Amino acid sequence: MATKNSRSAARLMMAPAVILLLGWMLVPLTMTLWFSFRKYLPLRGGDLGWVGFDNYVRFVSSSSFWPSVQTTLIIVGGVLAITVVFGILLALLLDQPMWGQGIVRILVIAPFFVMPTVSALVWKNIFMDPVNGLFAHLWKFFGATPIEWLSQASVQSIVMIVSWQWLPFATLILLTAVQSLDSERLEASEMDGAKPLQRFGYIILPHLARAITIVVLIQTIFLLSIFAEIFVTTGGAFGTKTLSYLIFQRVLESQNIGLGSAGGIYAVILANIVAIFLMRIVGKNLDA
Amino acid sequence: MGSITLKQVTKSFGPVDVIKPIDLEVEDGEFVVFVGPSGCGKSTLLRLIAGLEDVTSGHIEINSKDATTIPPAKRGLAMVFQSYALYPHMSVRKNIAFPLKMAGIDKAVIDRKVDEAARVLNLSDYIDRRPGQLSGGQRQRVAIGRAIVREPDAFLFDEPLSNLDAALRGNMRLEISELHQSLKTTMIYVTHDQVEAMTMADKIVVLRDGIIEQVGAPIELYKNPRNLFVAGFIGSPKMNFITGAEAEKKDAHTIGVRPEHFSVSRSKGTWKGTVGVAEHLGSDTFLHVSADGVGTLTVRADGEVDLKYGDDVHVTADPNKIYRFGTDGNTIR
Repeated sequence: MATKNSRSAARLMMAPAVILLLGWMLVPLTMTLWFSFRKYLPLRGGDLGWVGFDNYVRFVSSSSFWPSVQTTLIIVGGVLAITVVFGILLALLLDQPMWGQGIVRILVIAPFFVMPTVSALVWKNIFMDPVNGLFAHLWKFFGATPIEWLSQASVQSIVMIVSWQWLPFATLILLTAVQSLDSERLEASEMDGAKPLQRFGYIILPHLARAITIVVLIQTIFLLSIFAEIFVTTGGAFGTKTLSYLIFQRVLESQNIGLGSAGGIYAVILANIVAIFLMRIVGKNLDA
Repeated sequence: MGSITLKQVTKSFGPVDVIKPIDLEVEDGEFVVFVGPSGCGKSTLLRLIAGLEDVTSGHIEINSKDATTIPPAKRGLAMVFQSYALYPHMSVRKNIAFPLKMAGIDKAVIDRKVDEAARVLNLSDYIDRRPGQLSGGQRQRVAIGRAIVREPDAFLFDEPLSNLDAALRGNMRLEISELHQSLKTTMIYVTHDQVEAMTMADKIVVLRDGIIEQVGAPIELYKNPRNLFVAGFIGSPKMNFITGAEAEKKDAHTIGVRPEHFSVSRSKGTWKGTVGVAEHLGSDTFLHVSADGVGTLTVRADGEVDLKYGDDVHVTADPNKIYRFGTDGNTIR
């Protein structure tokens, strides 16, 4: 099969797909880089020429920059911790034989199919509304003062909403991993005298390491750029401004494309730093 | 110490009775093999003894104490699984040390015991590798090592050799037998391979459909099978069964003759036939003879015999080695 002819034919046939994907990635990246070095104010004079690193300096020296990086990391970290821990617990629970297993599993996965905008609105209006929300009624039922979720505990509220969306994904991946565990291995550890918690720590958790790695990596990629949940709930107020939200504000609210592009490049750099750290910490699980 | 007694033990999965009431006595230091076709309940019986399954009724006694409700870890038994069930993320050393670590034994004692077990099983060179980097035979030895270090009252083996190739299987058979000789610990071994049963066992338990068909020493089972099933299961190649007129001459519903109890002649004999396939092994020759009136017979001849496809032969059964079975399948004595 692998003659010289067949190999060059294969390259030729793969070329369109490779070129398309490469262009898909390179064109926006190049345009962002290009605009990040220009003063471009669409409503105030348009493209006003090269400005060197002005945009980069201004973006970092803004008082909102470091808080936004911090918020981004808190939200990503919080959602990862919640989804992994509860994902493992739910996966172990769903692995138990029970009546109506199929339906329960589908229901658990359902939140993943709800669009981020919709789920954030549902949480905001039905659960977290300080006057008519279900939580407010619950608090009043016990005689407590309702919490104004989205202003008093804004970051926690967003972590909760996003976790609810991503928990099904984590559960699903971890459930398949739990199911692939050889039952003889558990029985062997049982005969070796391992108690339930030791079986979890020594056998089940190491078996899940690879699946946890995948959950963490994939979720991080998507969570670094969450936007809709913040847009429809707090609109970036009350300390919920993430890096991607700050960029959105610079481009659309301040109408400064150059400044926003510089922020975009910072976001790329931040994503890469996080990715490198994650690869260092958990990526070695993928080799085994 | 390692005697095991089963008293009227049964096991049902829903409406299916996998084990019908079974009584069995395993004495200290004995090598007992459970053998039978697949689905006969031999693995289930082993898991009941191990405590991995609960009995439906009856009692299991270990060292004359009722162990029916004792959890698996406390029964003092070690099990070697068919899939080896090694822990893939741990090195060989940690795998073998695992039961000791769970028992909370001192680190220095663990190291000494693991090194000793690794030396006995020739695993010292691989002690820091992971199971994934070992061959099938080596993995098997790690699984045995994990069982040995616990110094159990009895070892339970669940078809431990079925994942190995034929040559390795022969070697491991010897190693397990030698291990039994040196440890003198009770061993219960489940297999569907009657060769393993014959070569390793002190006592064979033949099972069919959750019932014990016969218990006895290998040669006892070979010489005096209680019924058609045991006669057909023990011995390789299988015993020849002849029904009809030839059997009625001997006042039996079925007569059985083992391949090695025939003699072959070109000129005269009881049954005349033609040679079908002839398997020449050098040490023996197996002839598949289609004899007139009795059907196809498997005949073993000593050494090399100059017979080939299509030759006419006469076969005679040794009159003292003909087994007779009644209509119920039981042996007529």
